Parts: sequence; structure tokens; C-alpha cells
Amino acid sequence: MCSFRKPVYLTAGYNTISLGTGRPEFHPKKPRPSLEDYIKEAGQGVIQQISSAEHIDEGVISNFMAARFNRQGHLAALIPSIDPALRYKPCTRVEGACASGGLGLANAIKTILSDLADVVLVVGVEVQNSVKAIYGADYLAGAGHYASERKNGHAYFFPGKFADRAGAYYEKFGAESTREAMAHWYAKAIENARTCPQAQEYHNSAGDLLKLGRKAPNANGFVDHLNLFDCSKVSDGASAMICASEEGLKKLGLDKDKAVRVFGMGQAEDDLTQAPEDQTKLSTTNQAVSKAYKQAQVSHEKIGVLEVHDCFSITGILALEAAGFAEHGQAGELVKSGYTKRTGEVPTNTTGGLVGFGHYTGGTGIRQAVDICRQLTKQAGDSQVEVSSQRPYGLTISMGGNDRTVVSLVLGKDT
Amino acid sequence: MDLKQRLENVSVIGAAGKMGSGISLLLCQEMAFEQVKNPNSCYTLNLIDTRAEALKDLITYLRTQMQKVAEKQVVKLRQLYAENNDLVENGEIIDAFVNTAVSIVCPSQTMAVAAKSHMVFEAIIENEEIKASIFKELKTLCSENSYFFTNTSSIPISSLEEKTQLQGRIVGYHFYNPPAIQKLLEIISSSNTPEDLSLIALELAKLLKKKVVVSQDVAGFIGNGHFIREGIHALNEVQRLSEKYSMTKAVYLVNKATQDLLVRPMGIFQLMDYVGIDVFQKIQRIMGSYLSGENFTHDIIEQMVASSVLGGQYGDGSQKDGFFQYEKNRMAGIYDFTTQKYLSLSENAWSEKEDKELGDYPESWNAWKNLMKDKKKEEKLATYFVQLKETDTMGAKLALSYLQKSKEIALKLVADQVAASNQDVDDVLLTGFFHIYGITTV
Repeated sequence: MCSFRKPVYLTAGYNTISLGTGRPEFHPKKPRPSLEDYIKEAGQGVIQQISSAEHIDEGVISNFMAARFNRQGHLAALIPSIDPALRYKPCTRVEGACASGGLGLANAIKTILSDLADVVLVVGVEVQNSVKAIYGADYLAGAGHYASERKNGHAYFFPGKFADRAGAYYEKFGAESTREAMAHWYAKAIENARTCPQAQEYHNSAGDLLKLGRKAPNANGFVDHLNLFDCSKVSDGASAMICASEEGLKKLGLDKDKAVRVFGMGQAEDDLTQAPEDQTKLSTTNQAVSKAYKQAQVSHEKIGVLEVHDCFSITGILALEAAGFAEHGQAGELVKSGYTKRTGEVPTNTTGGLVGFGHYTGGTGIRQAVDICRQLTKQAGDSQVEVSSQRPYGLTISMGGNDRTVVSLVLGKDT
Repeated sequence: MDLKQRLENVSVIGAAGKMGSGISLLLCQEMAFEQVKNPNSCYTLNLIDTRAEALKDLITYLRTQMQKVAEKQVVKLRQLYAENNDLVENGEIIDAFVNTAVSIVCPSQTMAVAAKSHMVFEAIIENEEIKASIFKELKTLCSENSYFFTNTSSIPISSLEEKTQLQGRIVGYHFYNPPAIQKLLEIISSSNTPEDLSLIALELAKLLKKKVVVSQDVAGFIGNGHFIREGIHALNEVQRLSEKYSMTKAVYLVNKATQDLLVRPMGIFQLMDYVGIDVFQKIQRIMGSYLSGENFTHDIIEQMVASSVLGGQYGDGSQKDGFFQYEKNRMAGIYDFTTQKYLSLSENAWSEKEDKELGDYPESWNAWKNLMKDKKKEEKLATYFVQLKETDTMGAKLALSYLQKSKEIALKLVADQVAASNQDVDDVLLTGFFHIYGITTV
């Protein structure tokens, strides 16, 4: 695979608070910001960092299920609500389940490469606390194959799917050691979230995180192989950023030092109607990441900061294997060794990931790129980690459904 | 006829009342699950009440509550509906269950609909004559193998049985308020109760996930046997203290001491407000009429009821004013016996000044709400009670003598064979009154 015909940059990111249980301002019975509010906040948060909204040529909005969570379709036409300068600009809504954010970036990148635009505003949003989790589970199940999977699926559909993966992994590589690694994943997620004021678990002050993470799963109340601490949050929020060409950056008055260049982009889909061949592997993630590495001409050894899609702790562990950081069956040990902690060799999910930061599904893929951009350009505030010069790149993995749509980006400083 | 068969047709008399609506909810839930499991049977829950408007509200209440039940039990429901391919999503399954639950419910203002019921629950006003007349009517309506469950909290079952000629077909089934949440169920049989009914009563209690305590058939049973006597002791204490303080202050101090220093969820007068001062009086009278040699009337209660200061709850569950005035279910004022109006507890820091009268609390004191879920509460309470005994304050003395009296009442219930054991009395107070230590063990 050849490299891009011209440089493409990501910059000027903005993440709203990830709102939901755990945030002191969240109360299920009190009014909360709407879908429109989040789109505006994130979009305007980006526009404040650029010279003028006039220079935005196109808009992309990523969202998974507003049609059900908020009874709202036609989201592309909400982009002009961000700023009057965006009226009549071409806008597109993309959907790829929980990979919608990654897919939005992929579309923006392709638009820049097509020369049809120099500046694309990408916004990702999801407002999920509009219904109780038990109904939200129905909506999120749309990321699976409704006709063949929903009827026999668990009430909590995706926890059920990933509990199956966890169960298969326990069987193959040992339940006790895997559960211990999952507890470490949870502890790391919360420790990292505590560095980021926008994170849903920012205020989490629990003492013994490992003890919570070790809590035995309860199949009667939830699912058989995951406890609640293994799961990402139900979240409301949005992320946005600019995708631009070199020319675009100039128009916006943005310094390349504050931007990251997209060195590799890998996208892959697998057949939604088929069950995974091997429950202990994320084969589509592996495909997407491999493409991104190949295009960027790097391997995992050059990745110094990582954003993986840990919708569940087990998914984070499987993703590390799919991205080459560990052999099959070995990622648990890697996590326990501290390799992915903020002081470790490859700090992973530095603002908490989906478990700690939160998971406003349509926006998560963009939130990941915003955080990698901040890390590599040293704008990450209290979440800043040391990125080794031997490992100058960042990697994002944005995954949809049960490893069915994946977008992976290799990002780095343009030297 | 086994319990499952009996559950096919059930009636609740007084269904729209405070207790009746809770009992209806519990039955509706179990019957709805049975209906889903046995789609070819036709389950019927007759909700009988004289008030048409209240029945409408009851249906709305049941629908809302059944939705919550379904949401919580959706994992189980998905299994129950596994064969129904039309129901795929949680939302569809929950709706189907709620619709089934509402479909078995038949509101009615006439008793005649109870004719086909195999079990009839009565939850009307605590008045023996009215209860007896209802059961007499039911006896003529229902088949000879139907069973009757009365939610009386004080009337001896043998007396109801005699007045209605129900000959062993009636048991006391005393739910605590609110029935859907409170785990305690006092079951009272008479000497004529057949084994079959005793077993059905126990089996149903298990199905409803209740903690059963069997009481002997003595007016007031265990729960009110203890509560009413303790209440009268509290009222006597108020009169004693009113020689030094005003009546109003005495009520405040006794209430405060019984909540804080006895580490209970609420003070004795707040509890009387919760039960209803008029209900308290009714039970006093019933107990007085059956139990000789003991005085069950009290001037303060007579005065409160005569002044129509009654406590109890509004239809939405919020607290009515009684000894105390309530704002959003929190105590905001206290009844002034002189002016017959409420004094604000916060104005001029009224309650803070009175609190000082009780003296400092022992160092190891913790409020009930803090200890309730504390795994080391037994240890902490043991230390606390030792310290309380060594404390020389007005509050400590008041609390200790009250505690002693409360324990004496409990032990007498066992000595009089109303309760089979100390544990049974403790269980009633722990479960029905949310105490966090057994009174007989202090």
C-alpha cells in the first residue's frame, strides 16, 4: 500500500465532558444537554482554535444511533447550527456503530486527499442517557446483526457478546490470570481518568481499584464473565477536530507543531451476519491495524502512545494482541507488568479509555485521535505522558460492533 | 387445590388503600409471571374497592410498578419469552409483560366478583365489625374451599372466625407498610386452621419473598404487641418530663432520644405519625378490648385524635402532619400543645437548643443510617451501649430506661407465648421496624 499522495493533518481537537453516572453533574431525572448542545459545544470548541469558520470547506458528523436514542435523523444538517459560516457547506453523516468516529475521520481524510476540500470539520456525538440502560442495550444491539443475533442475544446484548469472548479467552488461557489482568485494566483506566477533567470517572475516588476490578461476575444480575467494572460507561458527549491539508493548516493559521500528521490509515470490515471465527481474537482489528502500520511503514515497536477501543476490559486486552504488542494469550501479562500504564513503555488510553473516560459511541473514535494529537504535541495537560523518542508514533483503534468495522490511524509529528 | 391453582383467581378487598395497593402489586407480579408461564390459563386478580377514582389510580400505579419489575427482571423474562419470535427487543418483552400483568387485573366496586376467587385478601380499615361483615358476605359468595387472608394488625383471628363462621378458612396475614418493600409478614392462625391453609400461607409468603414470623393469636400480635406498648411508655415519659419541660419539648426530647441514642431509623413519635395517630388509637382500643388488666388508652392520643391531628400518609405516600410537621417528608415543625399550631424546628435554632438538653452523645455514637450497612455494626453498637451506660446525661438516662422498658415488653411477649422465642420478637423489630440490633440481646 502506498503512502498518501499529500500530507493530511489532524488538529484543534475538543472533547466535551463525558456525562453519565459517575459525574457529579449527572442526575437521571434532571435536564441535561441535548444532542444539539453537544454538537454545538464541540464544534464551537474547535472553531475557537482556528482563524475563521469560513475556511471550513466541509463537515462530517459521526453518530451511531441518534435515530433511536434521540429520535433524530438527518444529523448532517445539524452541522450548520454550529456556526453561520457553515450554512450551505457540504456535510455528511457517517455511521459505523461504535467505530463511527473513526469512520468520520477516515471520510474526512479521503475528502482532503481528493482535493475537494482543504479543511474538514469532523464532529462525533452520542447522547445515550435519554433512556434507561436496559432500553439503550436494545439500541446498541443494532451494532450486531439484528435478524440473526438479537433474539437469542443477552438482555445486555454487547456485554453478552464480549462476555462470550472473555469466557473463550478464560478457557484457553486461564480464567484467574485473565480476570486479574482485567482488574489491572480497570485500575489503569480509572487512574488515567483521574488526570482528565472531562473524563466520566474523573471524580472516582475509590480506594482499592484492583479489588473492585476483581469482583466476581454475577450471571443472574448481569452477564457471566464480566462485572460492571469491566464495562465502558453509558455516556453523553461529543468530540470534534479539524482534518486539513498543508494548505488548509495555513488558511486556519495553525502551526504544524500543534497538529499530527496521518501516516497510516487502515480500515476493515467483516461480514456482520457471521459470528467471529475465533472468539479469542480481534481479526478485523488486526487487519485494520496491519494496513495502517504498512502504510506508515512502521511496526508496533514504533508506537509510543496508544488509544484502543476498550468497550470492555477484555476487548482492550484482545486489541493489544491484534495490534502486535503481545503474542496471542500474552496481553494479560503485559497489562499486569505495567507496560500500558502511564509510566509504562506504551502508555495506553491516557485519559481513561472507554472504561474510564467514557464512551459516547459516535464520538469515541474522534476523542481517541484528539487525545493522541494532544499527547504527541504536548498539549495533554495533567494527562500528559512521556512519549519515548524511540517510539514517536501514536496509534488509534476505533472498533464497531463485535469487531466488524475498524478504523486504525498511525499518527505522528511531521518533522 | 394447590397454591398454583389458587393463584388463578384471587381478590383483594380494599385494594386501592395504602396496604391493599401494595398487596395487589405483590400478587399481580407473581400472577403475571404465572400467566406468562401458563398462557392457556386465565389468571384473574380482582381489585375491589368502593372508590372508583382510587381504583383508576391503582391501575396506573400497578402499570408503572410492573414496568419497573419487568425492567429489573428482563434477563429472566427473555428466557420466559424465548419461544415467542415476535418479541425480540428488551423493550418489546417488557411491554408484553406489563400488558399481561394489566390484563389479569379486574378493578371492581362490587364484592360479587370475588365469587370465583380461591384466595381473598382483605386490607380494609382496622375495624372488627366492618371486617366481620365483609367476611360474612364473602362466605356467602365464595366456594367452600376458598381461603381468606386478613391484613389485620391486631384483631384476633379466632374472634373473626367466630363472628363469621368461617371455621378455619381465615388466617392473619399481616403485611408491614409498604407491603411491596417491607420484608416482614406476620402470620397468625387460630386453633381451627387446617394444615393445608397453614402450608399455603407459608408457601405463598415464600413466593412473595417475605420473612415470616408466626405469631400466636393474641390481640396486637408481636408487632403491635410491642409497638403499642412502647408507644404508651413513650407517652408516659412525655407526661413525666412535662413536669420539668413543656409537653411539646418533652415530645421532642423523647423522639430525639429514641431515634439518636437508641440508634433507630426514626424516633417513636415520628413512627406514630408514620403509622397514623388514629390508627394507633384504633389498635389501642382493640388490644384494650381483648387484653384485660392492662391500660391501653392514653390521654395524649385521645387529645390528638380529638383535635384531628392524625398523621398518616397522603395518597402519594408523603407524610401528613402529626406530632411533627413535615416538609418533603422531613420534620420541619413540632405540634405545640398549648397553641395547637406547629412550632418551626429551625426558627431561632429551636431544635439545636433543645438538643443540648439531652447532653453530649457518647464518643462511639453513630447514627442509624451510618451503621445500617456497616459490616462491623454489632461490634460498634456493643461498644456504644457500654459507653451509653457510663454516660451521665439526661439523654442517656432517658434512653437507657426506655431501652430497658422496650426489652421488658419484648420478653413479656415471649413469656406470654405470643412469640415463640426471643428471636421471633427480634426478627419482627429488625425486619418490620428496621432496627439494627435485637432488643432482647441488648
